[in-house]
Amino acid sequence: MTPLPHRTPPRWGDRRGPRLLVRGLHLDFPLLAGLVLLSLAGLAILYSSSGRNMDMVIGQAMRLGIAFTVMFVLAQIPLHHIERWVPWLFGIALALLFGVLLFGEIGKGAQRWLDIGLFRFQPSEMMKLAVPMMVSWYLADRPLPPSARHLAIAALIVVVPVVLIAKQPDLGTALLIAASGVFVLLLAGVRWKYVALLILLVSASAPLFWYMLHDYQRMRVLIFLNPERDPLGSGYHIIQSKIAIGSGGIYGKGWLNGTQSHLEFLPERSTDFIFAVFGEEFGFIGILFLLGIYTFIVIRGLYIATQAQDTFTRLLSGSLILTFFVYTFVNTGMVMGLLPVVGVPLPLISFGGTSMVTLMASFGIIMSIHTHRKLLST
Amino acid sequence: MRLTIKDHIRESRLFNERAAFALVAVLLLLMVGIARLVYLQIISHEHFSTLSDVNRISLVPVPPTRGLIYDRNGVVLAQNLPAFSLVLIPEQISDMDATISELRKLVTISDEDVRRFHRQVKQKRAFNSIALRFNLNDEEIARFAVRRHLFPGVEIEARAIRNYPLGTLASHAIGYVGRINEEELRDIDASNYSGTDFIGKTGIERFYENLLHGQVGFKQIETNAYGRTLRELQQSAPTPGKNLYLSLDIGVQRVAEAEFAGRRGAAVAIDPRSGEVIAFVSMPGFDPNLFVTGIDVGTYSELQTSLDRPLFNRALRGQYPPGSTLKPFIGLAGLESNKITLDAATFCPGWYRLPGDPHKYRDWKERGHGFTTMDKAIVESCDVYFYDLASTLGIDLMHDFLAQFSFGQPTGIDLRDESSGLLPSRQWKRARRGQPWYPGETLITGIGQGYTLTTPLQLAYATAVLATHGAHTPPHLLRAVGTGGTPQTERLPAPMTNVPVKSRGNWDAIITAMRHVVSSERGTAQAIGRKAPFPIAGKTGTAQVFGIKQDEKYVEKDVAERLRDHSLFIAFAPAEDPRIALAVMVENAGHGSTAAAPLARKMIDQYLGNPPP
Repeated sequence: MTPLPHRTPPRWGDRRGPRLLVRGLHLDFPLLAGLVLLSLAGLAILYSSSGRNMDMVIGQAMRLGIAFTVMFVLAQIPLHHIERWVPWLFGIALALLFGVLLFGEIGKGAQRWLDIGLFRFQPSEMMKLAVPMMVSWYLADRPLPPSARHLAIAALIVVVPVVLIAKQPDLGTALLIAASGVFVLLLAGVRWKYVALLILLVSASAPLFWYMLHDYQRMRVLIFLNPERDPLGSGYHIIQSKIAIGSGGIYGKGWLNGTQSHLEFLPERSTDFIFAVFGEEFGFIGILFLLGIYTFIVIRGLYIATQAQDTFTRLLSGSLILTFFVYTFVNTGMVMGLLPVVGVPLPLISFGGTSMVTLMASFGIIMSIHTHRKLLST
Repeated sequence: MRLTIKDHIRESRLFNERAAFALVAVLLLLMVGIARLVYLQIISHEHFSTLSDVNRISLVPVPPTRGLIYDRNGVVLAQNLPAFSLVLIPEQISDMDATISELRKLVTISDEDVRRFHRQVKQKRAFNSIALRFNLNDEEIARFAVRRHLFPGVEIEARAIRNYPLGTLASHAIGYVGRINEEELRDIDASNYSGTDFIGKTGIERFYENLLHGQVGFKQIETNAYGRTLRELQQSAPTPGKNLYLSLDIGVQRVAEAEFAGRRGAAVAIDPRSGEVIAFVSMPGFDPNLFVTGIDVGTYSELQTSLDRPLFNRALRGQYPPGSTLKPFIGLAGLESNKITLDAATFCPGWYRLPGDPHKYRDWKERGHGFTTMDKAIVESCDVYFYDLASTLGIDLMHDFLAQFSFGQPTGIDLRDESSGLLPSRQWKRARRGQPWYPGETLITGIGQGYTLTTPLQLAYATAVLATHGAHTPPHLLRAVGTGGTPQTERLPAPMTNVPVKSRGNWDAIITAMRHVVSSERGTAQAIGRKAPFPIAGKTGTAQVFGIKQDEKYVEKDVAERLRDHSLFIAFAPAEDPRIALAVMVENAGHGSTAAAPLARKMIDQYLGNPPP
């Protein structure tokens, strides 16, 4: 790559209004505003859904604090520093995944955790970032749209960790990671004929894939096709969450006034199904507002991606923001009964969730990409 | 930098195209979501509002019917009978404590019932009905029925209760179900057990819990604000548990249990060709029906503390010295390792002495057996012959040979908590006792005394392996699994490696000697061989009792009885084409020929369909 003309980006001391201050901290003000708004809305609805449990709200606030700190730290690191280490990062994550398969602790029947002395660690979380980074890194130096050969290698980068994670078994995470890798390929300009070929291939190999699934994974797919199959489990969740959202109407029942959720009809009401509580209490208007913030974040992220100056950061930020959208869509779609019940939390709103830190890390990366641009000309 | 040319402007344009495409996709999906919201919150608002405010939809789990258990001839061993239970729906009861104390005035409810009920309340959903009392009698039902209007959320429900029509018969094999306890709650799928009260606790009921339980169904019912059912909206039928067809022949089982006639002991009969367990007797047994709805404390502690230990599964977990029943195996070890020939005779003066050791190891026959060959040694159960043989073989060879018959390790039967017995070796003694192996211990190992311990199941299985010339077909009680009336799949565990046969003649010689035990005039079990229409091969055994300490507080007469030797007998028949192999052990009944052998004969006759002699 030809070296680009260099200009020192604004740093500490560039006190030219609040936006530039935020810029000096390498934060993107519009994104930050959206994320903070979401977090505040999340804390408010958690207070209601938990039955005014301040301990849970404070716990969530502390988790958010950690996640925002991670975002802030990552935003300070220029991407070209990280870029060099991408293959190492991916290699380590891959080794850890193998480690989990070999030595992983069995938690809830699935091997996802790796015990490293002081704390337990989920390598699949690391993969959520490592896969899009590695694919972006690999394609960055190749002519785009990628040739069939490069495409095959990129596909391998995605498939190996995805298969390992699916074997843990954690199908949900595996599919989301696969999506993040596929987004990189799509954004890189993979020819539509390859896309069509992939779709054909996937549908052709579906029976084989079906055969490899665990029983409970098969059950999930079956429940997706027919939710009434498991009315005592996830089917019950869907019925109750539809009642909660539907009874909210246009204006909602008001904060702290939800009946479905407070009468304990709605399971998982503080975690995966918190969106239903929001819908019940704030109604159609409230949900439109919430979805508006999510959409704003996604659009801002896509804009940042188009403004990125090299292929690596462009593909990476684009893939990360689209993955964020997928999380949001899968969760809300599931709560509204559009999609199967998979354990995907609503970003920044659902209580707990180990994935919050990973999510904010990806926003840190996106912000770094935007704030460390070298201005060519104005 | 690679040689391929990158067109940055074109790539950037391509990316922007794709990003725009992604944006369109995002917005389209957003529209889908909003359309769904419009449907839920605006168009169907009234509908959902009604559901949420006035009527509630509840899902009531419908427990699956537990699979039945049959014996090999289709005799029902475990079934489900309807019984009336008092059930409470926590969601509909405002003051639980008051309701329970009011109910106690009408129906007998123990503190344990209440404790168990509260435990279940925590585990199940608020609209699930939870049983407070099982097995209400007619009077209790009537008393509650007239005051029913005073108890919203309390109902009488007909539920299936497990029943064992044969009572104590084969209770140790079948096992029983009981109420689910906290430990079990952690291990089961809560959703699948949401309507289930019972879970297999022991025996087949426990081992095949997954097959027997089935899959829960549900009813979606609409209730009004008072919790009364308005209508049933939907129902998905539960999948009943699988019926199990056991290999047990309840006829043989019954004969054996009757023959025990109040004595303690165990008997296991196996079809050596398939490993199917024909009879699995542990005496005394217990009535499994007592455990189903909760046994009362008095009866339970009586069972627990009884000197006869009726809850102890002797066939599976009882470990006894095999005594002389081990001799055919030791003899075979000698022949197969070429350490001895069939014709070689050992002189038996009635005792044996190791060189340099003044201790006299006595034969059971004081005068001695004189010159003794292998056949005679087995037929008359000569101890000196086997002392000498054991000394020749050494403990290492004996251990390795016996291990091939599954001595000292679980047989792998489909029951939980099987004991592995004990097959001593040098390594074992050093590890467990921290002592070297002494030559004298080799001698007594040769006659089945000393450290060696076997379970009756192990002994029967080893006999089956001997009967089939070393073929391993591990014992199992489950013969077939079926949903309808007919047995379907056979379930066989993988066999362990067969005992290598050096010379078939050696095996035949041992089997012939065992036939002589029963048929020859000098045979220790000749009494049972009379008028047998098929050749029986057998071996008696007498095991010394060490278990009971002298200072334990028993009635003197009891102590004396309980210190007597255990009577043992192993056999298979017909000898040349074995269809049944068994081991019988009668505690404190003296010599093998007196109690165990006649019992074995009765079982063989019953199974092979021959009239009693």
